[in-house]
Amino acid sequence: MKSYGKTLVVAAMATSLSLIGCGGGGSSDGSASSEKFVIQNAGSDTIVNLAQTWAEKYAAVNSGVSVEVSGGGSGTGIAALINGTIDIANCSRAMKPEEMERAKQNTGKEPKQFIVGFDALAVYVNENNPLNEISIEQLAGIYGEGGNITKWSQLGIQNSACSSDEIIRVSRQNNSGTYHYFRETLLGKEKDFKLGSRDLHGSKDVVELVEKTPCAIGYSGMGYATEHVKMLKIAQESGGASFAPSVETALDKTYPIARPLYMYTLGEPTGEIKAFLDWIHSDEGQAIVAESGYVPTNMK
Amino acid sequence: MDNRRRFEVISEFLIEWTIKICGISAIVFVFLIFLFVFREGKDFLLNSLDLKEFLFSPEWYPDSVSHKRYGVLALIAGTFSVTLLAMAIAVPFGLGAAIFVSEFSNSKVKETLKIVIELLAAIPSVVWGFIGLSIMNELIIEMFDAPIGLTVLNGGIILALMSVPIIVSIGEDALKAVPDSYREAAVALGATRWQMVYKVLLPAAKNGLLAAVLLGVARAVGETMAVLMATGHSLQIPHSVLDSVRTLTATIAAELGEAPVGSDHYQVLFIIGILLFTITFIVNLTADLIVKGIRGK
Repeated sequence: MKSYGKTLVVAAMATSLSLIGCGGGGSSDGSASSEKFVIQNAGSDTIVNLAQTWAEKYAAVNSGVSVEVSGGGSGTGIAALINGTIDIANCSRAMKPEEMERAKQNTGKEPKQFIVGFDALAVYVNENNPLNEISIEQLAGIYGEGGNITKWSQLGIQNSACSSDEIIRVSRQNNSGTYHYFRETLLGKEKDFKLGSRDLHGSKDVVELVEKTPCAIGYSGMGYATEHVKMLKIAQESGGASFAPSVETALDKTYPIARPLYMYTLGEPTGEIKAFLDWIHSDEGQAIVAESGYVPTNMK
Repeated sequence: MDNRRRFEVISEFLIEWTIKICGISAIVFVFLIFLFVFREGKDFLLNSLDLKEFLFSPEWYPDSVSHKRYGVLALIAGTFSVTLLAMAIAVPFGLGAAIFVSEFSNSKVKETLKIVIELLAAIPSVVWGFIGLSIMNELIIEMFDAPIGLTVLNGGIILALMSVPIIVSIGEDALKAVPDSYREAAVALGATRWQMVYKVLLPAAKNGLLAAVLLGVARAVGETMAVLMATGHSLQIPHSVLDSVRTLTATIAAELGEAPVGSDHYQVLFIIGILLFTITFIVNLTADLIVKGIRGK
């Protein structure tokens, strides 16, 4: 509930900002010496909790800086970065070349990419679902346009809690980086998802809905797991070895749907923004990544 | 003396014009809003939109890499199905409540009811959406053994609860506006209370009651947040009330933040705005014509 309201306020704000156009110049320039330096940070819903924790912890490290974090989806963050209304955009996918180009045209600065951690994307089912593992191919059959898997029995299981046997696909709205990453990993660059999935607004909402819906399957960041949902083991190929999402399997790349998490700035970061990003990459910042259920970059 | 007269003439003139401008401003605002929405979408609307695909294809793929498709049939079906169900629930309850509050209840019950109903209207739509997402979802799954509870039924009930307060308060006003002499005449002719309501008050308050219902419809068509959360936000043409749907408004809310300003996707979202505008315009026009037709008799 809380995050829902928050992200929506942000989405509304981002919308109104993008309606106003590209006149905004960011908030970072007008910092009087007595006032706090404000870093505006927005974007990926996958990263929003992590970014929030960073912001809170960083307030203790440097009390002169306040980091304002909001979610809304990777696309929302990128749109705001292109319009120059934020300092750092969080993305759970890489910026597309055309987005880079538009940012350059609009602001005169080239977006710079930082990898701040890794995320294993987990596939969730209800805790009463007997299914334990699934392959990328099967997921493509469930989610992809033209895919023919619509019943749990087609996966060789008897989902007794779900009397209709219908697979309820839970997905994300298309401003989500998770949505784009999942689509590309399952279906390649060209293909689309099947219509009729339940497209939810936030990472947490997906897990919550799957928790309450015996027929559902959904995907969301590993960090959003609760005790009442089940994370499936994923196999690259049907019949192949399957792996549970974890820090280890994400790092040694045996888990097939793990991805980097990005932050983008306009141009080479300077001053307080650079200091903040340096701190994120420090051992202290990366320890928070691990605590939040993601994979830090400095683990070998 | 002469000065004073001149002052009065001028102030009269000024007041007259101020009020005139206030009256006209509503028209100006509506016109400007329409102009703005139209301007944002016009390039795509006039040049590259395939109107047939737009209105009659259920395939909405605004962010496909290989094959972008902008069909809103499923969205229109979603909006209509949820609104229709909401009205099927809200109109009998709302008008019934209005009649009860205005004609059958004593003043104490009346005051309590009005306060509670107004409280219902004060609940923010995101809270309704949350109720739909977390409570109604489970209830519907259990009661109907449905695979998922985020459905037309869920959204329809929530929207009905949101429109009932509007229908009740405007409907009650309409009934209150019927002169007491009508009631006295009916009672004098030996009508029971129910006969009075049915034969005298309802025909006399017809226009006001119709307005109440149509404002309820407008509320339902325009509602965004609650339906976004309660209907499942799923692109399909519903076959039963237990199917998930997605509405026009929810699509704009969910996708406008991401669509880059000026892109095709952005413009199509504004064209959906034009479509919504047209729908409400038609609803209002029909209402006007009906009301005029009633008057004409």
